[in-house]
Amino acid sequence: MAKVTIDNHVVEVPDGTTILQAARLIGGDIVPPTMCYYSKLEGSGGKCRTCLVKVSQSSGKDSRPMPKLVASCSTPVADGMVVQNITSPEVLEARKAIVEFLLINHPLDCPVCDQAGECDLQNLSYEHGLETTRYKEERRDYPSVDIGPYVKLHMNRCILCYRCVYTADQIAGKRIHGILYRGDVAEISTFIQNSIENEFSGNIIDVCPVGALTDKTFRFKSRVWFLNPFLAHRDCPTCSGKVTVWKFGKEIYRVTGRKDQFGEVDEFICNTCRFDKKGSEDWIIESPANIDKQSVISQNHYMKIKKGSIIKPLEQKTEPQD
Amino acid sequence: MGRKILLDKIDIPGILGFDVYRNNGGYSAVEKALKTMSPDQVLDEVKKSGIRGRGGAGFPAGMKWSFLDRSTNNPRYLICNADESEPGTFKDRYLMEKLPHLLIEGLIVSSYALGANTCFIYIRGEFKYLVGILEKAIFEARKNGFIGKNILSSGYSLDIYVHPGAGAYICGEETALIESLEGKRGNPRIKPPFPASKGLYQCPTVVNNVETLASIGPIIIMGGEEYAKIGTGKSTGTKLISASGHINQPGVYEIEMGISVEDFIYLDEYCGGIRGSKKLKAIVAGGSSVPVLPENLVFKTAKNETRLMTYESLAEGGFESGTMLGSGGLIVYDEDACMVRNTWNFSRFYHHESCGQCSPCREGTGWMEKVLYRIEHGQGRIEDIDLLVNISKNIEGNTICPLGDAAAWPVASAIRHFREEFEFHVKHPEKIKNKDHGNIQKLFVP
Amino acid sequence: MHNNQIQHKIHFRENKEFHFREEIMEKVKQIISRYPEGKQKSALLPILHIAQEENCGHLSVDVMDYVAQLLGIQSIEVYEVATFYSQFYLEKQGKYVIELCKTASCAICGGEDILDFIKEKLNIQEGETTDDKLFTLKTVECLGGCGYAPVMQVNTEFYEFLDRQKIDSIIDELRSKANDEKAKASTWAEKFC
Repeated sequence: MAKVTIDNHVVEVPDGTTILQAARLIGGDIVPPTMCYYSKLEGSGGKCRTCLVKVSQSSGKDSRPMPKLVASCSTPVADGMVVQNITSPEVLEARKAIVEFLLINHPLDCPVCDQAGECDLQNLSYEHGLETTRYKEERRDYPSVDIGPYVKLHMNRCILCYRCVYTADQIAGKRIHGILYRGDVAEISTFIQNSIENEFSGNIIDVCPVGALTDKTFRFKSRVWFLNPFLAHRDCPTCSGKVTVWKFGKEIYRVTGRKDQFGEVDEFICNTCRFDKKGSEDWIIESPANIDKQSVISQNHYMKIKKGSIIKPLEQKTEPQD
Repeated sequence: MGRKILLDKIDIPGILGFDVYRNNGGYSAVEKALKTMSPDQVLDEVKKSGIRGRGGAGFPAGMKWSFLDRSTNNPRYLICNADESEPGTFKDRYLMEKLPHLLIEGLIVSSYALGANTCFIYIRGEFKYLVGILEKAIFEARKNGFIGKNILSSGYSLDIYVHPGAGAYICGEETALIESLEGKRGNPRIKPPFPASKGLYQCPTVVNNVETLASIGPIIIMGGEEYAKIGTGKSTGTKLISASGHINQPGVYEIEMGISVEDFIYLDEYCGGIRGSKKLKAIVAGGSSVPVLPENLVFKTAKNETRLMTYESLAEGGFESGTMLGSGGLIVYDEDACMVRNTWNFSRFYHHESCGQCSPCREGTGWMEKVLYRIEHGQGRIEDIDLLVNISKNIEGNTICPLGDAAAWPVASAIRHFREEFEFHVKHPEKIKNKDHGNIQKLFVP
Repeated sequence: MHNNQIQHKIHFRENKEFHFREEIMEKVKQIISRYPEGKQKSALLPILHIAQEENCGHLSVDVMDYVAQLLGIQSIEVYEVATFYSQFYLEKQGKYVIELCKTASCAICGGEDILDFIKEKLNIQEGETTDDKLFTLKTVECLGGCGYAPVMQVNTEFYEFLDRQKIDSIIDELRSKANDEKAKASTWAEKFC
């Protein structure tokens, strides 16, 4: 076990846990944001650099700080490690820079993007970004690529997090899309005309942090904040059948996986559940889905619900009381 | 004339062939190591020699070797990093082309010390013509019993293979190289774990530069302590310097570390002075990645000490007034060179070579290049100069691998030392229309 | 100028039969055998080099699919790799690919003028191929020949300390060599490759 201090909160975690996982155990504001890391996808993380934190003490034995900021999603903790996330101005500064980098070539077409309202990049830039841009050059523009009847690919919005590639490798089986070319012209594509179709391929929509991969069956149907999400299930021979259905009145507009507080799906669902079962008779509704209070999706829905307690960094280091 | 350890045999006719190399004392390091020394003794000698990695980072090779995870039963690998692509550096190519057996000898001794039974030479794709030279040398060494099963009846077996890359600077980064060797895109890995515990095929791996590994043979012959007597301080031994740019005699020179930069640039046995008797303007001392040094800091440090060709002396003054020895790629600029154009040139290089995996490097290198392109082509704005400094600061230290830093440093240092030139470009777009505008610029910028 | 319109395109299978000749297959098998059991993907880069040579200097979708099958990996894994490295060409190239270095020492030692001269001489722009399909002109980043600047590489051959005269003689020599080969070539494949 390793005792690690993050923004003055102390938590004890098994050896080999990453700083990010330890922070998620504490929860609240001190959890570093992630754009590429996905706990359910092996090998993900380390790329977007939004989760950079400062290790001000490497371990109990080695009191030196780590020389650079480290990616919390891929750096394991050590006993006695002291980490600063939002208590470090250096980290906040770096995070602001990363958000700027992610945005300079982003088309900022949120008004016509289906992801708007549930977009990680939107949330991230709301919290850490600048109001204006210093980028005066032209933004890059990819030719559009058709990847089949279910998923719409908007390469211009992609931040190259690689999540969809890992999903195709680990969840969906045979992979026909990948990261092609390199540098700032790298792209997600199938290289040859091909459509991404297999039982679990729709999950690449759920893991995409931005609007690069969206649901063609839901395209331009509605803004997400006009919909009411409900937890629902059905007896599915392929997957768990546990989903979130998004309703407008009585009509089901779309079906997605159930997401946890960190925006990751609990269980990957099959394409039949996602794309073909849109009738209200298909689903047994369990309850309204829990929506993060800060989320734009909660707007106008749960006005009277009390704000949950928010975990802030502490002024001083405090040991947890058993 | 300084002492030569690596290139001493280079002028012997036929040294490319095994027999001539052998008759001139070649492969005696293999004999000495395998017949009279244990692997740990070889490692000890390398540690004592104090030799630092010659690829650019300058990490002590003996220490790197000692990190190799010896606790598992997994096979261990030695990889020779011959993906030499740093602009300004061409020493490894020279060494492999002229003295392939010196490298092979070093590889055998090093593999023995590390307990590696397979060794790969990862050579950059552009050097395809060297593959034949190296494979011939390997073939000859094998025929003569220095590679293969039970070498010199020591019980130790080794195979060496040449693996060509295909045009990617990033594969010089050791984990990107390993990925590439596994047949993947050259994306650097996220560390930890380091190659010493999980490298090629997740097995313990050491990756060393060609020059480092070629030095191992001579180190074993002369002994680590003797080697450490050459050079000064923590810069032991000899170093190959690739000299290019506006000098009279560009080429690869072996120097004893510790000669002065001034001697190296002006002495006839080395660079022989500036071409056309022009004045020196700046140098890049260790390949394009290191900070550029203006003339007033080339021969003397900010403390007014003589600047030497050593790791420590070149780094004297930090990034404010110093630079790095890096891979030993010295580029010299004369008074007519335009530092803005050169910075744009470097920036374009890093933009082209970024693997695109992590966001600061992917987006930042392109952004810097575009801004520099505008400034160089007369469309700059005065605020662009500070913007560049800020972008470089935002990339530096925030990336997966050192390519981000390497892209940031040249830009930051050029603006630090040559800000007037950037301002001149912004203020006088009409005077920089011609691409050789360096000679006009010098009339206006002191 | 920077073109922000990214020029990637969707490629097509031509369903043209491609396989290595017997002697090449021997070589390929030998390369694969260098890598441990189950790690044959390691042989991808060396084999793509061979495939490119065998396919008249570029990699088509069919060739890459063939290599994928040979190594027991998915086609997309080959596409990913082939698009990453700058020495794999996805489009047909001229017989001689001229790669002129434009970085650092080559740029400051006259490489920029050499580029203009080659463009003028061959009457093509960077990235283009001459009408007779003999020469493709490319500019590349550092070739590792800084001390012999300016340098260029034609296929695998290095040419150093370039000046206008040298370019003239190199291009003329290659042109006459190509014509000789064409005269000698007996099969259709040899004539058109």
